[in-house]
Amino acid sequence: MRGAPRLLPFDWRGLVLPVGFLLAIELIATMSTIERDAFAAPSAVLAAAARTLSSGVTLKAAGETVITAGAGLLLGLVIGLLVGIPLGLFRRADLLMMVPLESLRPVPPVALIPLSLLIFGFGYRMEIAVVAFAVVGPIFLFTRSAIRGIDPQLMEVSHALGLGFLAQVTKIVLPAILPRIFVAFRIALGIALVVAVTVEITANPLGLGYRMTIAQQSLQPDLMFALLLWIGLLGWSLNALLVRAEARLFGAAA
Amino acid sequence: MSRQERLLWSMASIGLAVFLVIAVAKVSEIRLVSPIFLPPPQRIWAALVKGLTMGNFGAMFLATVRHMVVGLTLAACLGIGLGAMIGTSASARAYLMPTLEFLRPFPSSAIIPVTIAFFGLTETMMLAVIAFGSFWPILMATIHGFSTVEPRLEDVSRALGLSRQSAMMKIALPHAMPDILGGMRIGLTMALVLATVGEMLTGRNGLGQTILLAARSFRTADLYAGIILLGVIGFASMLIFDRVERRLLRWRS
Repeated sequence: MRGAPRLLPFDWRGLVLPVGFLLAIELIATMSTIERDAFAAPSAVLAAAARTLSSGVTLKAAGETVITAGAGLLLGLVIGLLVGIPLGLFRRADLLMMVPLESLRPVPPVALIPLSLLIFGFGYRMEIAVVAFAVVGPIFLFTRSAIRGIDPQLMEVSHALGLGFLAQVTKIVLPAILPRIFVAFRIALGIALVVAVTVEITANPLGLGYRMTIAQQSLQPDLMFALLLWIGLLGWSLNALLVRAEARLFGAAA
Repeated sequence: MSRQERLLWSMASIGLAVFLVIAVAKVSEIRLVSPIFLPPPQRIWAALVKGLTMGNFGAMFLATVRHMVVGLTLAACLGIGLGAMIGTSASARAYLMPTLEFLRPFPSSAIIPVTIAFFGLTETMMLAVIAFGSFWPILMATIHGFSTVEPRLEDVSRALGLSRQSAMMKIALPHAMPDILGGMRIGLTMALVLATVGEMLTGRNGLGQTILLAARSFRTADLYAGIILLGVIGFASMLIFDRVERRLLRWRS
């Protein structure tokens, strides 16, 4: 799978751009004295980031974002598997469900924000619903294609053994598709995080996205960029964690 | 499975979709779910027709499409141009790739408050967000496409005495094209998502604004009609993209 960072030997050239960029911004920020509400020195941003960490704001907000993104992801995973496994196994069922499913897929998930807000009001539930809708599609597609890719001989074995449907799914199908499902999960996690932050910025008074919007509206660019930094770190570390887990659990199988 | 059988199943699938719509109508009729959350399909249809013929749905639809197209075009120009430069130069990759890999899992919508701080709630802000969001997948895919050209093909281009420019156009670009198009496909999805979000936030013309206002004033039929139109944009853009892709990758089959 592309997207997993390759382990490269350390190369100083990779540091030139970020360090140079930050130094330049810092220099501009200290030299100019103009009033600004969209711009902050990296040192001020770091100070604000440390402040939000020590006051507990970061942890609380990040917790809210992670909980909603995670709950939506799990809900989407369960629905995606429940729909994807039978449709992957039975070609006719898949053909039958084609029109209803394909007509939902092109709807951009954020289009459900106003609807979800209307039904659930502000809070965790409306965000979880939108995240779940966003990740069901990719998980379903991955599951179905993973099942189609199972070695036919493996399926013949399960028929020869006379396994029932449930035993076939739990003993043959699920273990065979697990590595691909994990890849789907990692990709869906990225989607879940983007969608959760988007919902928070657009409508929902929760999480890091909302805190960032408030910082922007109250003209605190240092705080705004500090929260942006935390969101970036959150995305990066969750992804790194899953990439590690994937390599550990499945090695070359994924 | 024979062609006829396939066709039969497709018909059955359409039949099932119709059945589901009727079932929703029944559920709505006996008020199992409040009509505020789930208006009967015939009312959604009526709202759709009315909005398109007498209301502003047509204009909003076109505004959203325009935002998508402008943002995506910006992203594609920048992403493919920069991606080709970075992908063909090993030293550019050494300087830039660690930063780009680090930024890859960044949730791009988090840039929205920053762009609002810079540009205000304007059309420029919206286009900047759309372009930024769809730029990343295009850039990363283009770099991958250009950096994985078979070294032997480079030898071939040298043996043929091709200039750097024509080697790029005749060998590297066709090689990178499937990757570029893959990136553009993701970029296209991002563009529609971010156009919708941008219109909701800025209140500028577009279907995002339509559905937000409809939800705020509890005009649920209009809300569903707007969501359907956004789905139509998503579907149509993918259909057009498929055709373009098949055309550009004709040499592969």
